[in-house]
Amino acid sequence: MTDPSAPGLEVRRPMAAGRAIRRSAWTVTIVGLLGALLVVEKLVHPALNVFDMQSLVDGALPLCLAAMAQTAVVLSGGIDLSVGPMMSLVNVVSALLMTHATSGQAVLIALGVVAAVVAAGALTGAVIVATGVPDIIVTLATGFVWGGLALHVMPIPGGAAPAGFAALMTGQLGSVPSGLVVIVAALAFLWEPVHRSPAGLALYAVGSNRAAAYLSGVAVGRARVAAYALGGAFAALGGLALTASTTNGNAASGTSYTLTSVAATVLGGVSLVGGRGGMIGPVAAALLLTLINTLLTFEGVDPNFSLVVQGAIVVLVVMVAGLVLVRRRGA
Amino acid sequence: MRRHLTPAMNLLEVRGVSKRYGAVVALRSASLTVAPAEVHALLGANGAGKSTLVKILTGVIRPDAGTIEMGGRPVHLTSPASAPGAGLAAVFQDPSLVPDLTVRQNLRLTGADSAAVRRWLAAMDLRVDEDDLVGDLPLPLLRMLDLARALAREPRLLILDEITAALPADLVERVFLVIRQWREHGRSVLFISHRLVEVRTICDRATVLRDGADVGTLTLAERTEQHIVALMLGPMATSDDAPCPVGPDTGPQPEAAAPDRASAASEARLLLEARGLAMSGALRGVSFSLRAGEILGIAALEGQGQDALFDCLAGNRRADAGEIRVAGRVLAPRSPYDAIRAGVVLVPADRAHALLPQRSARENIALPLYNRATRWGLIDLRGEGTRAGAAIARLAIDTRAQRQVRRMSGGNQQKVVVARWVAAGFRVVLCFDPTRGIDVGTKRQIHRLLRDLAGAGAAVLLFTSELPEIALVCDRVLALYEGRIVHELPAQAADEATLLRLVHGLVREEPVG
Amino acid sequence: MTPSPAATDRPDTGALRPRPAVRWSAARRSLADRPALTLAGILVLLLAATDAVSPGFVTPHQLSTTLLYAAPLGALAAGQTLAMLTGGIDLSVSATATAAAYLIAGLGAQGTPRALAVALALGLVVGMTNGIGIGIFRVQPLIMTLGMAGVLGGALTLASLTFTNGVPVVPDAVHELGSGTVLGYLPLNTLVWAPLAVVLLVGLARSGLGRAIYAVGDNPLACRLAGVRVWQVLLVTYVLGGVLSAIAGILLVGYTNAADLNLATPYLLQSVAAVVIGGTSILGGSGGYAGTILGALILTVLDSLLTILNVSQAGKQMLYGAIVLGLAWIYARTALVE
Repeated sequence: MTDPSAPGLEVRRPMAAGRAIRRSAWTVTIVGLLGALLVVEKLVHPALNVFDMQSLVDGALPLCLAAMAQTAVVLSGGIDLSVGPMMSLVNVVSALLMTHATSGQAVLIALGVVAAVVAAGALTGAVIVATGVPDIIVTLATGFVWGGLALHVMPIPGGAAPAGFAALMTGQLGSVPSGLVVIVAALAFLWEPVHRSPAGLALYAVGSNRAAAYLSGVAVGRARVAAYALGGAFAALGGLALTASTTNGNAASGTSYTLTSVAATVLGGVSLVGGRGGMIGPVAAALLLTLINTLLTFEGVDPNFSLVVQGAIVVLVVMVAGLVLVRRRGA
Repeated sequence: MRRHLTPAMNLLEVRGVSKRYGAVVALRSASLTVAPAEVHALLGANGAGKSTLVKILTGVIRPDAGTIEMGGRPVHLTSPASAPGAGLAAVFQDPSLVPDLTVRQNLRLTGADSAAVRRWLAAMDLRVDEDDLVGDLPLPLLRMLDLARALAREPRLLILDEITAALPADLVERVFLVIRQWREHGRSVLFISHRLVEVRTICDRATVLRDGADVGTLTLAERTEQHIVALMLGPMATSDDAPCPVGPDTGPQPEAAAPDRASAASEARLLLEARGLAMSGALRGVSFSLRAGEILGIAALEGQGQDALFDCLAGNRRADAGEIRVAGRVLAPRSPYDAIRAGVVLVPADRAHALLPQRSARENIALPLYNRATRWGLIDLRGEGTRAGAAIARLAIDTRAQRQVRRMSGGNQQKVVVARWVAAGFRVVLCFDPTRGIDVGTKRQIHRLLRDLAGAGAAVLLFTSELPEIALVCDRVLALYEGRIVHELPAQAADEATLLRLVHGLVREEPVG
Repeated sequence: MTPSPAATDRPDTGALRPRPAVRWSAARRSLADRPALTLAGILVLLLAATDAVSPGFVTPHQLSTTLLYAAPLGALAAGQTLAMLTGGIDLSVSATATAAAYLIAGLGAQGTPRALAVALALGLVVGMTNGIGIGIFRVQPLIMTLGMAGVLGGALTLASLTFTNGVPVVPDAVHELGSGTVLGYLPLNTLVWAPLAVVLLVGLARSGLGRAIYAVGDNPLACRLAGVRVWQVLLVTYVLGGVLSAIAGILLVGYTNAADLNLATPYLLQSVAAVVIGGTSILGGSGGYAGTILGALILTVLDSLLTILNVSQAGKQMLYGAIVLGLAWIYARTALVE
């Protein structure tokens, strides 16, 4: 919508479709895919019931939260390779502290753990900003440290979680799996307020173009630290979800989530260079990955095969995206 | 302290500001005053310290010493975020808008008053859809948006750093219009530009920096361009301007494009032919031919398809239709590799697109020698050294910082890019605005080098955003407008006024070729 | 990959900080100018420290054992070095090594040459797939190799179920290669590692491919515009990485004499750590294999020292994290001061 008389000022709009749809096309696709898969499965296996939904959500909850943790950081232009070890650490620490706790105490413990992990996340971010060492290296190193600490706290699996606390995250609220409530609550009360605030804009801005953000007067360092702190909050919830679902602590419980959280983030349409994407996509992608896993198991396929499928899906999807990019550039 | 020309009360007063990076002194001691209701120019060759001073004034970096006062009060800028509070707002060389946010979000990010931004845009006869992603907007529009955003902050001093560098002439006019209005309202502007003509058009006074210190403040109406250039270059530079002077700024127009050169070229071999090159939206059937020994200029406003033309000749993008012939043989490059093998090489506009910043000058120059798998064996170090050394000597590259190219000066970096192709060999060199952001001295050397290369039998296609360069360096010139060649004329006829009309598409004639 | 954001970010972090103590900055400068020399010094210090804690550590026998431990890591970190020099990362090195080890054990009964050929071929195929994804489809290396690691890990688990039908045997020759010595002290696996190292060192410094690898890591766009076929460079880089990982897997399974699903898993982070300690920038374009070799040796000696000191696995891990972070910081600061 610029002055037509000025040559060279035409706005490039890659597609004619509505802007809102174009900008969230990927998220819509992933959510649609998830829905379609659920419907198909329901048609093929009418036996699929509420209980299966419950186990799907329970199984997906840690990954959903891990993906949210990763997304918060990736949007700001970073990457967090310590998500998995941090979840392990939260898992063992909370399981240890909750061993003889009542449900009420467990909730307090959980809150304390979240607060501590937010601080740890902020510290990680501060180290990255202060040292100028690439995110990938710093979080790899902090991952070593968290993993070591987890092992130190609990060399062999142990600890416990009170049933009431477990039910809070993996039980049911009415007929709705409480895991779903946790996800929605995390989105609504943790992500949305940030997303809509100037801090959220700053987070996207530093991820999109750090130099431009700095020149625009954004406190770049503060925004990056905030992203890691927010990521910490989600990672802590993810670790607590592990405690709730297994009701014990295991220093290796979170290990796999570093890589799967990155996979879900990318599959959820978040650009790994930052600044582009949302939170719904990665959550849907995490559910999708878990659903595929569940369905394959349901079909009697070896559960390990799902790892192959997950890896292949991620690679294929990003390859297709890459191909689209190459095509568009060539045109 | 240079107070003799200033009114009693200065708006901005900078005294003895200095900045060093490790062993490198970027700014020795710079002082500067800007009066209320004044458009003040900051001039200086590359490396004189202009950009460092601008960064200090906008809070991007902090000075090691010196004081800055606004309206008599000392200000301490700690980051760009603290500049508006001091009454300063800047439009930087690089757009400071975030590409993945919409215009509206960008305005929110900085707390700008979007109604005021819209008003300023309207004053410049522009409208922007605030729901557009900034990344989808063309560069000139981003500049204008940046300007409108800065104006909307109602700063007491507006800092414009090379704002006209990438703007088509009509937008430059609108910028000037706004600057004049701004001055009439009693506000001030600090205007940084390489284009002396513009500075003389719009500015009241100018402060000249040389080697990191201010060497004089002058009232522009009282001084000639020669005087300013002499001040910028210092006592050293006046001796070597005879063979290839530059721009109207440096004095009388020389007989640069001698007619005998053009006629000699017409008998030489055809090296590059384009037939009906088209690319969606950008190029609409461009045809021309270029002979050995000839320098063909392209004159165009920003965004008339010159980027697409150079990209498809260099193999960086593919044309939708049309044919390229190099020395008579068809070239359909799928990547720059194919074009380079055929002898067509590119000197891109942005040096950051051409250089390996962490590697040595020698490795940068030798890069094309290892561009295919068959050359991935052991390196003949002596042979490589000879080739690179010869190119370095021919271009007179200052090799003091050669261990890492990123430590070299801008002009030297540009020479390394050209040296790469001198060492690798080529038939046709495509130069896209090779003198953008380069100081006058290096500009001259590059002009001379282009003539040398042509003299040695190469063909040169030169796009330049500085129209006076065309008459100086080229043999012929093509005017490009909206993806078409609208006119062709010999360089001696290409005075600035004619070219300006042509690039605005004001002379409608049969497309050439 | 754009240097500018970091550059504008720096003024408020590093450049204005008060200058550190002279001694400290001298140490940093020596690390910047002669990283290999400084790292070698650290290695000697570590050896001396270990000898002090456990007298008699610096004996031919112990040094031989150190080399024996370091060789698989050195080979694995070689692939990682190449990937990082091009500005990428290879998270599939350990999965590839494990897979190669598995094939050796699974096919051992069918003859050693065949098992070796299949294991190396696997490395080649994995590397090529990575290279095609990264070079041609422009997938980010992190994602591509991450996905590849997932695929390999899953496939291995499946395969392990079938292999249990037969008896997995590591061929004697491979076992000997991975754990034997010649001339009393020289480990055979070092005889595999050393020539590889020489080829890599010479190749990176003196070959056209080496130049291209550094160039692509420094500025891929400039490479494209200079006619370098970036995709070919990336393809070859990851193919080399795949083969080197397979070799590491062979050495590793020869040492342990049994393949399990997590055989090489701990080596993934160690490979990155070795490269980082060695001074190769994860952003690409600077560093080299010499540093990585020293990084692998330092990690190995440090592991011995910590074991002698009775430090738990947990403590070791935390210390490695701290070391990687600290060294990366020092490298980043030296780059900044320059």
